[in-house]
Amino acid sequence: MAPTAPSPAKSASPSQPSGKSEVSDLKQQLRQLAGSRAPDADDQRRDVFKRVISCMTAGIDVSAAFGEMVLCSATSDVVLKKMCYLYVGVHARAHPDLALLTINFLQRDCRDQDPTIRGLALRSLCSLRVPNLVEYLVTPLTTGLKDPSAYVRMVAAVGAAKLYHISATTCLDADLPAALKALMLSDPDAQVVANCLHSLLEIWTLEAANSEAAGREIETLYSKPVVFYLLNKIKEFSEWAQCHVLELASKFLPSDNNEIFDIMNLLEDRLQHANGAVVLATIKVFLHLTMSMTDVHQQVYERIKAPLLTLVGAGSPEQSYSVLCHLHLLVMRAPMLFSSDYKSFYCQFSDPSYVKKLKLEMLTAIANESNTYEIVTELCEYAGNVDVPIARESIRAVGKIALQQYDVNAIVDRLLQFLEMDKDYVTAETLVLVKDLLRKYPQWSHDCIAVVGNISSQNIQEPKGKAALIWMLGEYSQDMHDAPYVLENIVVNWDEEQSPEVRLHLLTAVMKCFFKRPPETQKTLGATLAAGLADTHQDVHDRALFYYRLLQYDPAVAERVVNPPKQAVSVFADTQSSEIKDRIFDEFNSLSVVYQKPSYMFTDKEHRGTFEYSEDLANLTVGAEAPETVISAQRYQENDNDLLLSTSDKEDNGIRSSNGSYTSTYNAPSDLLSSQTPAETALINPGSSTYSTQTNFSLDDLLGLGVPDTPAPPPPPALALNSKPVLDPPTFQKKWGQLALSFSQECSLSPQGAASLMNPQSLIRHMQSNYIQCIASGGQPPNYKFYFYGQKAGAAAVYLVECIVNTASAKAQLKIKVEDGTTADAFSTLFQSVLSQFGRS
Amino acid sequence: MISQFFVLSQRGDHIVFRDYRGEVPKGSAEIFFRKVKFWNEDEAEEAPPVFNIDGVNYVHVKVAGLFFVVTTMVNISPSLLLELLQRIARVTKDYLGVLNEDSLRKNFILVYELLDEVIDFGYPQTTSTEALKSYIFNEPIMVDAGRLPPLGPAAMFMQGTKRMPGTAVTKSVVANEPGGKKREEIFVDIIEKISVTFSSSGYILTSEIDGTIQMKSYLSGNPEIRLALNEDLGIGKNSSSTHDYRSSSGGGSVVLDDCNFHESVQLDSFDIDRTLHLIPPDGEFPVMNYRMTQEFKPPFRVTALIEEAGPSRAEVLLKIRADFPANVTANTITVQMPVPSYTMRASFELEAGAVGQTTDFKEGTRRLEWNLKKIVGGSEHTLRAKLTFSQETHGNLTKEAGPVNMNFTIPMYNASKLQVRYLQIAKKSKTYNPYRWVRYVTQANSYVARL
Repeated sequence: MAPTAPSPAKSASPSQPSGKSEVSDLKQQLRQLAGSRAPDADDQRRDVFKRVISCMTAGIDVSAAFGEMVLCSATSDVVLKKMCYLYVGVHARAHPDLALLTINFLQRDCRDQDPTIRGLALRSLCSLRVPNLVEYLVTPLTTGLKDPSAYVRMVAAVGAAKLYHISATTCLDADLPAALKALMLSDPDAQVVANCLHSLLEIWTLEAANSEAAGREIETLYSKPVVFYLLNKIKEFSEWAQCHVLELASKFLPSDNNEIFDIMNLLEDRLQHANGAVVLATIKVFLHLTMSMTDVHQQVYERIKAPLLTLVGAGSPEQSYSVLCHLHLLVMRAPMLFSSDYKSFYCQFSDPSYVKKLKLEMLTAIANESNTYEIVTELCEYAGNVDVPIARESIRAVGKIALQQYDVNAIVDRLLQFLEMDKDYVTAETLVLVKDLLRKYPQWSHDCIAVVGNISSQNIQEPKGKAALIWMLGEYSQDMHDAPYVLENIVVNWDEEQSPEVRLHLLTAVMKCFFKRPPETQKTLGATLAAGLADTHQDVHDRALFYYRLLQYDPAVAERVVNPPKQAVSVFADTQSSEIKDRIFDEFNSLSVVYQKPSYMFTDKEHRGTFEYSEDLANLTVGAEAPETVISAQRYQENDNDLLLSTSDKEDNGIRSSNGSYTSTYNAPSDLLSSQTPAETALINPGSSTYSTQTNFSLDDLLGLGVPDTPAPPPPPALALNSKPVLDPPTFQKKWGQLALSFSQECSLSPQGAASLMNPQSLIRHMQSNYIQCIASGGQPPNYKFYFYGQKAGAAAVYLVECIVNTASAKAQLKIKVEDGTTADAFSTLFQSVLSQFGRS
Repeated sequence: MISQFFVLSQRGDHIVFRDYRGEVPKGSAEIFFRKVKFWNEDEAEEAPPVFNIDGVNYVHVKVAGLFFVVTTMVNISPSLLLELLQRIARVTKDYLGVLNEDSLRKNFILVYELLDEVIDFGYPQTTSTEALKSYIFNEPIMVDAGRLPPLGPAAMFMQGTKRMPGTAVTKSVVANEPGGKKREEIFVDIIEKISVTFSSSGYILTSEIDGTIQMKSYLSGNPEIRLALNEDLGIGKNSSSTHDYRSSSGGGSVVLDDCNFHESVQLDSFDIDRTLHLIPPDGEFPVMNYRMTQEFKPPFRVTALIEEAGPSRAEVLLKIRADFPANVTANTITVQMPVPSYTMRASFELEAGAVGQTTDFKEGTRRLEWNLKKIVGGSEHTLRAKLTFSQETHGNLTKEAGPVNMNFTIPMYNASKLQVRYLQIAKKSKTYNPYRWVRYVTQANSYVARL
């Protein structure tokens, strides 16, 4: 059939229709065409339908035309049918009554002679998403699963999952999962098998929250007969279904090594697939299967290197990005393995910046004795690059490599050359690095100071670079001839200095300089302290005051605080814990690898993917304790992008170690506070949180809002909990099994609390802020299940809680098990009081 | 599980928008577009292809200036999504002949039809152009490819060599020829992207070839095809040592680091005679991707010099020598060189009798640009430029300028020497003799000379 001839202007610009008048115009035309039997009526209808869909695409609300669209849809023209189904699928939810009108002809089409029409109708029928129409779905779905055409069975298999989402009970009552399972193990068509697998996994994973039988069904899917059955058919599947089957296989637990080798031999040629997703899915199977066999695991790394590098170059930059993210993960785990392939990670001119950044990180990771010279030479080329962000990253990379201790000698020379390039951002980045280097390798101070001394602070605009220079001026004032005078010049311009960070460093540097060269600095110190005390920035003001009083109290003590003997920094903080890295590795070939975060940090529980989630305690995902470590890691990073403890932190350490009594008196300085987690702060001030809640209550009352009608929270109990209890899921599970139930009760949540449970994470956070940690959670609205634990402060005894919350009734079922029976009541009171406060603050 | 798929124009208009699971909050396309548009504006960085906003994962690829995007709420394989997006773009191109904003807008109903079959409830179904044919009822509306700027690697064949029918590669797989008869033909393109970095002394620091054997078949009845490559082709870095006796006599054997294959390819006899057997599916697809880091002769030698010529002046000399046979011609050559940021003016001096060459000083990005329409093998070209600075230079000019970057396309040339020895199509009858086109092309990926 020739293309229809709609007026070109209309069809060519689907995104600029005029809105409301357009919709009423379309309704008008549809009405006229509804009963038309003119020979070209279908063509005209096509034209109008097209315009309706183009409006829909542009985001214009065309739901008003629903009735007219339905009236026009009684047609034998397939193209018209498809457009109509597309429209109905989008709008049926908003018009459940009118959607009923479409049921009739959809059901009729489900019995059409042509399998294409049957499949099409069944797919559209299941996509309506209208709860009160589910009764019409069951029969076509059951027949569809038995249809002679593979196309229809394929549609029906996915349709079952769609039905489950609209009405789980209808789907289960019709016994569709059983039919899917039978079909999965017998159907000759690979796509039907794949779709059955998709649907079964989705249904049982969601169902697992409510029934144990579902958990067993999931286990069956991961069992040897199913996994081997699917793997043996692997080549019949489409590449996308292959990925899914491989994902399933990566979770399979083989019973002996022969099974592992069988699987690996079977999948060996998948590594040569042109589709990167298939290759990565295969690699995941290989890596996970061989975890316990160190030698084979190493061989796998060797084997996958070449295919991965080929994928980097083969596809679009976006595809190589994803592959590079995975390579990055592997490089971090096995830097040695890639050390001879360093040239593959050189930046190419055409690489987008997101690819270049990753490559720089990889070059940093694989630098070792044998390749450092080449890598650093290459990085130095980028430092002068016109691409400023990459130039900066390259300089940082050079610094990081230097801190890894390879060939420091040459690198210091290179860094000093950067300073001669006389580009402001290069100088600033380099100064930060030189500062860090000096703290690790004080022996280089002479070479560096000679060069750094020649840099005028006026030429550096960036606060970080300026702060680094000032730190060096203070720290090495004995070696830098004109340090006091340079500092003096900077102090003169105190008011023009925008960055509080720089002003803080200036205070400290002048102090240091004063103790080393008192006569030359005294005047400047006076001016600095005066300026600091008058500063409007709280931190700067506080530090100035602190120094001032310290000097008043005893200059000798002050010197010990400001200029303690320093040790070279040997190890610097790793920003990511190894536990988190392992979890990311567990989630190989997923978005976690791209974000460099495990899935629980960026995904809702309910969306965590079919494989991550299980209600069974044995496979519980670790709940809330990890995010906290990450938060503090991020916080740490914010304070301290240069990887080493910032100067202020180190001084504070100095305070603590050299003169303990000052710590308690002077814990007000800002950097001390900022380096603490809120939990710690609260620890210093016990009872502050309860105090603030009470204040809130009285404030509510004052504002005339009335006291909330729920009973007032019980008085704060005496039991103190450890702010950072430690318990891993297996131990939890073991203890839960061993301990007797010491307390079981139903208690009620505040209405606000029940409402806040729309997001279960909020409860986890709330409990966490009261030192009760979540180890696992799950469920679907309105029922949620949480496992919490706490630990008595200063003792090893733990408290375990199972908490089942129903948001509809705002009730919680508690089961508490304790190790130390004497505090059982205290803990349960505390837990209930904390729970009842949820949502009120 | 994919939640939504959409295609946005460069201005952020929805061209197609399909929601598969109804779980992503409204306005996701707008959220996506804003994020991509204003990604780290100060640093002018490009948004990465994968990011997460408020729990929604956005994964996109850029094809023909359009954003192909999927959203998902679950933690699934990013590679799967990116490969799928590229595949959807390719299948669409197979159907429409040309993939660009205009052709998509004209055929958006057909694209919806495709999307309906390619993804169901967020699960990828079939992406085979051929399998999809029986479910697609719309006829593609052709856009005039001639008036459009060429896109993609195939477009390079439209210029130059006359032997090739210009419209062949922009022909839809499903649409009929104006005459009503389908022309039996098959295209095999060996496309190589080469990356070379020269040091300041002209020494080759790194060199790599990323190659693809791409096929586009318009053959009816799916005949089997045999594609024979160089007999002495080695694969894997270690293979050269095992085949030493061969390479020492021939001296010119091709050794690939690694390669991968399309799933339709049967490799049964590949290890013996380097022949690929396949039944090509309809549409365009890569038969084989390969990577080579073995040394090869770079097609161009580039030398660049910058020298001080007075207190606030400098002279630049760029020289290109084409190191390939005279019967081969490179086209659309661009040479770019960043100059010191304090450069105010540049004046150029082309060689005597230069034809089809243009020069420009881009003030915004401080680059010299030199365009050459074509370069014949064996020839040499030079450009001199005088720079005027707004301040006195302080010493090291070479640290402030460069590196020189070059872009080019060389049809009927491949740097790796990988050859298709023959392309055999299983005969259906004595008169069956379809057109076969085996074409080579080399493109610069990253061709850099340092100062």
